[in-house]
Amino acid sequence: MGAGGSFDEMGLGGESVRPLYRQIARWLEETPPEVLASRRAQAEYMFRRIGITFGVYGDKDAAERLIPFDIVPRVISRGEWTRLAAGLTQRVNALNMFLRDVYGPRAILRENIVPEELILRNPYYRPEMIGHRAPHDIWVHIAGIDIVRVDENAFYVLEDNARTPSGVSYMLENREVTMRLMPDLFARHRVAPVDDYPDELLACLRSVTPRPSASDASIVLLTPGPFNSAYYEHSFLADKLGVELVEGRDLFVDEEVVFMRTTLGPKRVDVIYRRVDDEFLDPLVFNPESLLGVPGLLGAYLAGNVTIANAVGTGVADDKAIYSYVPELIRFYLSEEPLLQNVPTYRCREPQMLNFVLERLDQLVVKEVNGSGGYGMLVGPHASAAQREFFAAKLKADPANYIAQPTLALSTCPASFDSGISPRHVDLRPFVLSGANGVRIVPGGLTRVALTQGSLVVNSSQGGGTKDTWVVDDDATPGEG
Amino acid sequence: MLARTADNLFWLARSMERADFIARMIEATLRLEYLPRSGVDDPAAEWAGALNAVGVDEAFHATRGEIDEASAIDFLTFDRANPSSICNCLENARANGRAVRTALTVETWTAINDAWLELKRFEATRRAGRDLDREALARFLDYVKKASLDFDGACYRTMLRNDGYWFNRLGIFVERADNTARLLDVKYHLLLPSNEKVGGSLDYFQWVAILRAVSAATAYHWVYRDRVKPWLIADLLILKSAMPRSLIFCYESIDLALDSLARADGRSGAAQRQARAMLATLERASMSEIFQDGLHEFITTFIEDNARLAATISEQYLFV
Repeated sequence: MGAGGSFDEMGLGGESVRPLYRQIARWLEETPPEVLASRRAQAEYMFRRIGITFGVYGDKDAAERLIPFDIVPRVISRGEWTRLAAGLTQRVNALNMFLRDVYGPRAILRENIVPEELILRNPYYRPEMIGHRAPHDIWVHIAGIDIVRVDENAFYVLEDNARTPSGVSYMLENREVTMRLMPDLFARHRVAPVDDYPDELLACLRSVTPRPSASDASIVLLTPGPFNSAYYEHSFLADKLGVELVEGRDLFVDEEVVFMRTTLGPKRVDVIYRRVDDEFLDPLVFNPESLLGVPGLLGAYLAGNVTIANAVGTGVADDKAIYSYVPELIRFYLSEEPLLQNVPTYRCREPQMLNFVLERLDQLVVKEVNGSGGYGMLVGPHASAAQREFFAAKLKADPANYIAQPTLALSTCPASFDSGISPRHVDLRPFVLSGANGVRIVPGGLTRVALTQGSLVVNSSQGGGTKDTWVVDDDATPGEG
Repeated sequence: MLARTADNLFWLARSMERADFIARMIEATLRLEYLPRSGVDDPAAEWAGALNAVGVDEAFHATRGEIDEASAIDFLTFDRANPSSICNCLENARANGRAVRTALTVETWTAINDAWLELKRFEATRRAGRDLDREALARFLDYVKKASLDFDGACYRTMLRNDGYWFNRLGIFVERADNTARLLDVKYHLLLPSNEKVGGSLDYFQWVAILRAVSAATAYHWVYRDRVKPWLIADLLILKSAMPRSLIFCYESIDLALDSLARADGRSGAAQRQARAMLATLERASMSEIFQDGLHEFITTFIEDNARLAATISEQYLFV
């Protein structure tokens, strides 16, 4: 057992090391503390030099603070991964069908599977999209599904990110750093590679071009610009994809066709991988103050002249209130039983649930339905009485804006500190790509780790860190010795 | 290539080149200042000249009073209020680089980012204590020159020879041509002490300082095998193709970059025509004619034409 009775994925603090972690346990035991310390320092130096930074909102001085990296890799067996991947594919397929439905025939509302107001009055529901079919019926091209683990067998989906999930650059850079820092340890495992992610993403984006006949789809990555906290990732991905990294001002729309301003004059754009939120995409339709967007973009999109990935209006599928219905969505659209379980979720909009939650605030995690990045949430067991009271008032004032979940005993993984090896809570964000060419998932994902002892909040905006994530063949520990 | 990207690459290169020039100006001016003097002198004259050569004399007078060494050095190195201070050049370079990360190779970005991180360390030292002493200043200037070497080397060795590279080269050589010309212009104006005979010792060291500012003191002797003479310095910095900071070398490089862009695009415009005309003028010119018609007039016209070319490049490619 790990920290506070949690499942430790290596078996730290328990009687025996899990076989999957045999080599890592040995490495941790055999490596002198000063060598581990120098690996940590080297890792930080490498990240700082490449310029990986994650700006944290509301933290002016630390505009370019590094996201911490823990050098101890997290290991997932091939068998575990295969199960996860099947569940993720199923889930994302259902989300795509759900979006097609809620902007189209609305069968799910007619059948009363999901309450109408949850959709139609959802702030992320885009009435502009009603009656529109996304090209190839793909809405969520890139999904980040957050997974937590509580024991040897149980994985839960914590959250679906269907808008503009970030973090994949860390998945890729963490692997590069691990391979360079710990080549011997790496060689003792058969680790599934992740470096084909950019190629898979490119293939996915190409597959949804509105002009399949044109010889070469012109793809761009739309960023809010260097002041955005995820700008590093935007530039990193654009570079790996070999596509232009554009800002709103680099694009314009003429006769419902999108162009970018190049040194050779205007060039037509077919697919926009956007990392700009819906409400800033087009000042003519959404936020008129937005300088990040492109006037007329939505018109071009609705005319079918450009593909936007992810599609406009996907936020309605990653809302935490909708989250609690995803198992039902899977049954409804796919006639299958969900392969991945949800964390039990109490919908505060239902009066008896609200009372249930208010009585147990000290045991539950309460989240804003539309919150993200770990903002606006209450972790009951760790909160003060005053914080709980404050949240109780917020809940009563606007119950529909909240859901509550039991505090899960999130699994832990060993992490390396100056003080030694110690277990820390982790989650996992695999990145699921959906294109006309099917669903692809690069094995692994981004493991986020709550570096503060006992903390359950892994968000990088709340001081969380990351780890490299190895999907390893079950049978294999080659190069023994 | 995105017009904005091209614009960023152009200005990124200009900023790095300018930082290097300012560092060299400071070094050369310090050497001049250490010279023993005879008679009453204006101790601030060299620094006024340096500020003038960098083109920030007006900005200096707007925020500061009398010119002296400490004030001029501070203004040229760490003053955020001076748009062309070394720290602002490096900040601008990094901001431009960050905005176009995808157009840079890892090596190029690392060179810029390392320079910036080093700048932050120097700034932290400065905040902790007082101004840099001369030894620390020398280290700082060395590092600035090295940063620009690293950057230039990384570009040369790792960038694809496509439009991004050519806009980078344009930035470097338009800026360098401007720097060399301004340096010549300022030194032309510099009044020698009335008790010094033309060709006297202070005169000599002034001209050597010019060579040092463009790291050409050794090159001069290899080219001319003669003692330092003002007209030969002008020849070296204007008409010698072998000299990488000469105006003609800059224009050969600019012409090559613009030609390469035109070949890739299949279209040639006003920028190509202007650059070719300026190169032709330099190729036809001889020093005796330049002196006859007036060195000052020649330099002034060149600075104006060079600025006009930068504007034409913007119009033709950068849509600003």
